[in-house]
Formats: sequence, structure tokens, C-alpha cells
Amino acid sequence: MNHLETNFYEAVSVILFGIGFMNLLLQNNLIKKFIGLNIMDTAVYLFLAAQGYIFGRVAPILTDGVIDASYYVNPIPAGLVLTGIVVSVSITAFSLALVQRLYKHYGSLNMDEIMRLSREEEGE
Amino acid sequence: MMEHINWIHNIPFFSIFLAMLSGILTALVKNGKTAYKIHMGMVLVVCIMSGLLLVSLSAKNEMFTFMMGHFPAPWGNELRAGPLEALMATTFSVVMLLTVSGGSQFIFKDVVEEKQSLYFIMLNALFGAMLALVYTNDIFTAYVFIEINTIASCALIMAKGTPQSMVGTTHYLVISLLGSGLFLLGVCILYSITGHLLFPQMQEGILELIKTEAYRMPLLVVTGFMFIGIAIKSALFPFHSMLPGAYQAAIPTSSGILSGLVLKSYIILGIKLIYCVFSAQVMHTLKITEVLFAFGLAGMVMGSVYAMKERKMKRMLAYSSVAQIGYIYMGIGMASPVGMTAACFHILAHAVTKTLLFICCGSFVEDSDGKEKIYHMRGVALRNPLAGIGYTIGALSMIGIPLLAGFISKIYFATASVYSSGKMAAVLIVLGVSMVLNALYFLPSVIAIWTPVKGEEKKPAVTNSPAFATSIVGFIILNLILGICYRPITHIIQTSIELLAQ
Amino acid sequence: MKDKKSFWEHLKAWVDGEEVILNADKYIATRTPKESLNWHKFFSVQNVKENKRNYAVLSVGITALFIGIMLSVVDALPEFGSPYNPSNNEVMVRYLEKGIEETGAVNFVAGMILDYRAFDTFGEANVLFLAVMCVVLLLKKDKKNYSAKEEQENQEDDFFDTNEKRPILQIGAKMLAPMVILYGIYVVLNGHLSPGGGFSGGSIIGAGLILYASAYGQKKMQTFFTFKTFTKICAGGLLTYCACKSYSFFTGANHVGYEIPKGIPGNILSAGFILPLNICVGLIVACTMYGFYALFTKGDI
Repeated sequence: MNHLETNFYEAVSVILFGIGFMNLLLQNNLIKKFIGLNIMDTAVYLFLAAQGYIFGRVAPILTDGVIDASYYVNPIPAGLVLTGIVVSVSITAFSLALVQRLYKHYGSLNMDEIMRLSREEEGE
Repeated sequence: MMEHINWIHNIPFFSIFLAMLSGILTALVKNGKTAYKIHMGMVLVVCIMSGLLLVSLSAKNEMFTFMMGHFPAPWGNELRAGPLEALMATTFSVVMLLTVSGGSQFIFKDVVEEKQSLYFIMLNALFGAMLALVYTNDIFTAYVFIEINTIASCALIMAKGTPQSMVGTTHYLVISLLGSGLFLLGVCILYSITGHLLFPQMQEGILELIKTEAYRMPLLVVTGFMFIGIAIKSALFPFHSMLPGAYQAAIPTSSGILSGLVLKSYIILGIKLIYCVFSAQVMHTLKITEVLFAFGLAGMVMGSVYAMKERKMKRMLAYSSVAQIGYIYMGIGMASPVGMTAACFHILAHAVTKTLLFICCGSFVEDSDGKEKIYHMRGVALRNPLAGIGYTIGALSMIGIPLLAGFISKIYFATASVYSSGKMAAVLIVLGVSMVLNALYFLPSVIAIWTPVKGEEKKPAVTNSPAFATSIVGFIILNLILGICYRPITHIIQTSIELLAQ
Repeated sequence: MKDKKSFWEHLKAWVDGEEVILNADKYIATRTPKESLNWHKFFSVQNVKENKRNYAVLSVGITALFIGIMLSVVDALPEFGSPYNPSNNEVMVRYLEKGIEETGAVNFVAGMILDYRAFDTFGEANVLFLAVMCVVLLLKKDKKNYSAKEEQENQEDDFFDTNEKRPILQIGAKMLAPMVILYGIYVVLNGHLSPGGGFSGGSIIGAGLILYASAYGQKKMQTFFTFKTFTKICAGGLLTYCACKSYSFFTGANHVGYEIPKGIPGNILSAGFILPLNICVGLIVACTMYGFYALFTKGDI
């Protein structure tokens, strides 16, 4: 079972996931952190989309009136990716709105700085 | 034409859609009070329906699947309901009803007036998503509703609008997104090796894979990812860091709901995954239960240790939740039906108790001028005896005093340890240590709230609103019911776990 | 601390409720924090984060471990593009071969997400709705989050929007925006016949609205698109969606009621509920996208 070369889409998506995760962990800027999260999401969608492809077949939309399952690629991952993309758009909008509120109050996008200021405000 | 409809089987579908529908309708309502009434009405209706479902299913001891749409199992979405799901839905709606009625004063005080109706949209959606997580029979539906749960719970935390709540929300959001990301990755790999998304078909596929020894490595990793994802979402010990900040900054009502119900909805999903997707035997071969067991034990002790170091009441309660989640995972990790029964009972006991504690704590903070440290709350229970009694009973139940819910679940954990070989000593020792630790941090806070402050002029007694009073009394009664008449409930849990395991 | 007590005295005081409670103010004020690095600190994330280098090494290590595990999983996964993979099974065959007969949609993906697995898509539309409501909760102007300075900035922006002449942008937007919106409507209406559908078409319409708003300013947008219309369209779309799907779930699960006419596959008026559902989703998405833009820039729609 050595499919690493044929499965290069999945392999790339895994590496992309790692890059996003590193961004999330190491970036201090909140916006960059959320971009990292977004990259992770995108990597998962690439992974999922790669599951659906079958060599030599066409997109799952009726073409030339052929009703035969061996003519089209798998439509299920496409549907799942669509759902996932919508979720990630919503999450991104929500998190950026949060960042905007935080910036308005603390005047900084640096996570450590914000944590420090918020702890000072609490009076610890 | 309509007479052969089995209305009882429609209840899960009705409850989810009713909750979602009232969430959408609330968007058209400007006034917070009207939104509150819609929410209460909806939860009451769902509560009655789930009660009916519970009675009917536990009498016949059956489970059923409900087809969402015109297409049967591997093609369409499905819901699945048995006595366990019905019991959880009923408990969720009762606790939700009492929490929101008791906590409504905090909502109306802390949320900006024009945004109160938005808060109720989130509550409705959260409730619908929790019901969907309880009833779902499809792993991708579970993912979508996990995301709804995440967004709505973050909205509940930040609704207060203070900068602290924003920081808490950011923390909570990032960590829960990590959890759902791992879950989604797990779903993808699982789909690619089994080719299905519905629980029963997936289970068949996995059993086949185990038999043929194919895809051993992906299966192990996928199980690991899914349970790490669920553990992150339900704040099992090493992943608990988001809880204290978020719960402290949020409105007490939100904290109660998040800790009492939302964390539990993920655990119930996990239990369903164990029985309906991976099956207990596969979980055992892959040693996932052992890992959950170890982390559960660690969480029980560490949560209490952190809680002892806390000076702020809400943070203390948050860490105590970490410890209680540890109990539940320990029960799951025992990998026996008895352990699972104990875990399920503890879900109920903790849901009933922790929400009570948070509501009372919110009232204490209000009475001591917004100060949150325990030593600022000295004597607060003398001014507000009802909340004081509620807090005391909650604390005693958490410690495990007989006649209260927490005691029964601890008895069940201890009994379950006898049935799981090699884990008995660990369970009993940690259970004992954790009970002592619980007492060590709950008792001082109880003593503190009942001790008058010397040399300070008397503040006037607090008058409670009738909604608050009924909610506290309701919670106390529920706690006593779970502590005294627990037999029928554990019986339902036991039989339904046998049903699930089939 | 001046008065050093023995452990027993401490315990006694604690049992009597004195230590933590009665002398707490004094105790906490005079207490010297312990400096020793105990095992509790070792576990705290905060502490790990303070040591920058260790933290970086740790995160690189975790990520490398993760990538390593995942690469070995990918190595063992079914081969990419092979028709014999487990995921290419009877589920996919039915979606593709019976799809047109059962849903009436020529676009198999549309048939799958809006008919076979419509419950997921309902949840998805709700996610979007909740997200925009969250953004409203966070950013819409209210007493707590809105300062006089921002009010002034907003007024200046409005002043420039109305008085400044931006002919290239404005004429360009005037010509482009209707075309973009029209194209979006086309994509929405043909969701069951061609690639696209409610989500993609809706975001194109949203882009058109954003283009118009950025050229003419939000004041002009508010003449026909206020917060009220926004909530009404969003909630209306979702309610219609909810009603259609409840009907179809209820009748499907209980085997009652009559079939929704499927029409002739390939016609615009076909595929049962898929067309109205696509329109609902398109409306919601368009409003949501514009709502995000407006709330992020001005804090109001």
C-alpha cells in the first residue's frame, strides 16, 4: 500500500494543514492567526475534494444525456465541500468581527498585548 | 390518509425544526421580552413533546430511525431516537427552561436593550443544534450542527459586550474551531475508507475493515482525531484552557447553559459515535477507551486542583466543570455498560447542578456590587437566603452528599469500577481524592457566603423575582429527584445503552 | 506575613472559617506569592507561552508530528482517482443514475444537497444566518460600542460620499453593478441545470451590491436597503426554506401527501422544490454578504 505518490493532492493538503496550524500557533497577530485557521479549513476541503475525483470522468452535471454512473465523478464530496465552505465563511466573518471589536477597545492586534491589557484591567 | 402517521416518531423532527423556526422568527421581533416569551414557549412545547417521547419509548423499550425526506438510509439524512436520546432531550429542555427563567434578569440587565432579541435567536439556535446533535444519525449533519453550536455558544459568551468577554470569546472560538477542524478531518478520512456518512452503514464498513485488517492505520488515526476533536469541544482536561476566561466574562445564564448543556451535547454525540459507529469492541481493540479513561482521571484531579487555587467564584466553577467532565470521561473509558450508565447519569446530575450553581453565583455577584472574588461575597447568602440555599445544595451535590444527585453518580462510578478489570483501584482512589478536593474548594465558598462580615453596616435583604425563585426551587427539586428516585432513570439509561450496543 | 502559624493552627482556623473568610482581606494583601516553580505551573499554557523559544520548538514539533502521522495515513488511503475506491459505491450510483428521475435536477450536486441530503443544507443556511446575526450583535452601533469619535468619522465619510465626485468609479459601478447582479440571478435560477446555485449565485449578487455601495456610499444604499429589509429578507428566505423542507420531510418520512411535480428535467421550471430553495438561499447569501460588508465598514446596514 504505497500510494503517497498517487495521493499527492491529499499529501499537499496535509502539509497545507500543517502550515495553517503553525500560523495559528506562532503568529501573534490576531488576523494572521485567523488566516491560519482559514488555511487549515481550506486544506481539509482540498482533502475532501480529492476523494471525489475519478480519472477520466466528467463533472456531475448531465452531459449529452448520458445516465450512467461510470461516466461522472462522485458528487458527494462536492456537496460536502460546499457546506464546509459556507461554514468557514461564516466563521471567518464572525472572528474578524471579534477582532474589530478587540482592536477598537485595546488598540492592538497582538494577542499577547491584548491578554496583558485585559488582565491589567481585571486588576490582577 | 393521516391516520397511519405515527406522531410519536415525528417528535425529534418537530422539536429540532420548532427550535430552529423560533430562532428565525425571533429575528423579526424587536422586543427582548417578546423574544423571551417565544423562547420559553418553544422550550416548554419541546419539553412536553420529549417527555411524551420518553414515556412512550421507555415503556416499549424501542428505538427507531426517522427518515428526513423521501429517501431511505444510505441516501438521505436520518434521525435516530431511543430512550437515551429522549431522556437527554427532556433533561436539556427542562434545564434550559429553568436556567433561562432564572437567568432572565441577568440577560435583561447585561445585554444592550436593542440586542436582547439577538441573544434569544442564539439561544433558540443553540437549543435546536443541541437537540440535533442528540438525535442525529448522520455524521455530516453532526458536523454542521457542531458548527452551529460553536457559533451560537460564542455569541452567548460575547453578548455581554465587555472587552473581557471578547477576549474570552476569541479564546473559546479558536480552540473550538481547532476541535471541529479535527472532527471534520476525521469525517473526511472515515468517508474515504468506508464510503458512507450514516452511522449504521459506517459501522458495517468499519466492522468489515477490522475483519479484513485493511486500512488499520487510517482507522486508528481517524478514531483518535474524532475523539480528540470531541474532547477539545467538551473541554476534557488538557484542552480546558478556554473555559475559565469565557465563563467568567459571560452572563451567568450563558455560563450555566454552556457548562451544563453544551459540553454535554458533544459528549452525547461521542457516546453515540462509540456505540453506533465504532462499536464498543472496535474502541476496545484500538485502545481509545483507555486513553479517554486516563485523561478523565487526570482531569478529575487537575480540575479540582486548579479550582482550589482560584479566588474568583465563576472561575472556580469553571474549573470544577473540568473536573466533572473528567468524571464523565472516566465512566466512558471504563468501556463497560455499567460505566457508561454512570457517565450518562453524571451528565444529568452535572447538568442539573452546575446550572444551579452558576445562576446562584450570578445573583451573588450582583448582590456584592459586581465583585467576583469569593471573599467579597461574605455574608451574601444571609441577604439572599434562597440563592444561598441553592448554592449550598449545588455544592453539596457536587461534593457527593447522600440524597443529592452527585452522590448517586459517584456510587454508580464506584460500582462500575468493580466490573472493569484492572481499573478498580485507580477509579476508587481517584474518586476518593477528587471528592476530598471537591469538598476542599466548595466548602470554604459555602462557609464564606453564610458568614456575616464583622463591623460592616447591614445591607438590605435582596428581593428575588418570582421567575428566579421558581427556577431555584425547581433546580433543588430536580436535584432531590435525581438523588432519591434515581432507580427509574438509571433503569432507562441501562436498557437504552443495551439497545444502543446491539 | 508577621504572625507565623503552625500547620495545625492554620487547619483549625480554616475549619472555623477564619482564615479564608474573616481575615481574607488582610491575608491576601500581606501574602507573598510563592516563587517556586511547582508542577502546577509546568502544565499551564500561559507559562509555556512566556518562554518564546520553547513554545516555538514545541509547536514546530507538534506540527511535524501531525504532518508525519497524516502523511502515513495518506500513504495508506485508497488510491487517488481510482474507480474502485470504497467511496464510489451504491450511494453515488443512485445519486447519478436515479437522480434525474427522483429529484428532477440535471445538476446532480444540486439534487444531492437540496433533496437527498437537504437537512445538512438547512443547517448550513442556518450557520450563515447565525453568523450574520453574530456580526450584528458585535458590530451594530449601540450605546456600549460606539463612541463620539466614530460618529464623527462616519459623518465625514458620508459627507465625502455625497459631495465628492468620483466619476470613473461611479459610472463604472453604475454600468457594472446591474450586470453583476443579473449574472448572479442567472446563476441562482439555473442552479438545478448548470454549475452554481444559491450559494454561488447569492455571493455574486452580494458582490454587485457591495460594488454599488462602495461607489455611491451607504446613504444611497439605505434608500432601498435598510436593516429592516435586511432582516425581513433573511428571515423570510429562511422561513420559506424551513416551510418547504418541513413539508417534504414530513410527507417523505410518513409516506403521506402528494408528490411535488418534477417537471421536465432541463426546463427552468422543474426539479420540484429545488428552484424555490435555490432562490431562498440566494437571497439569504446575497443579504448576508452585503450585511458583512456594511457592518464591517460602518457598523450599520
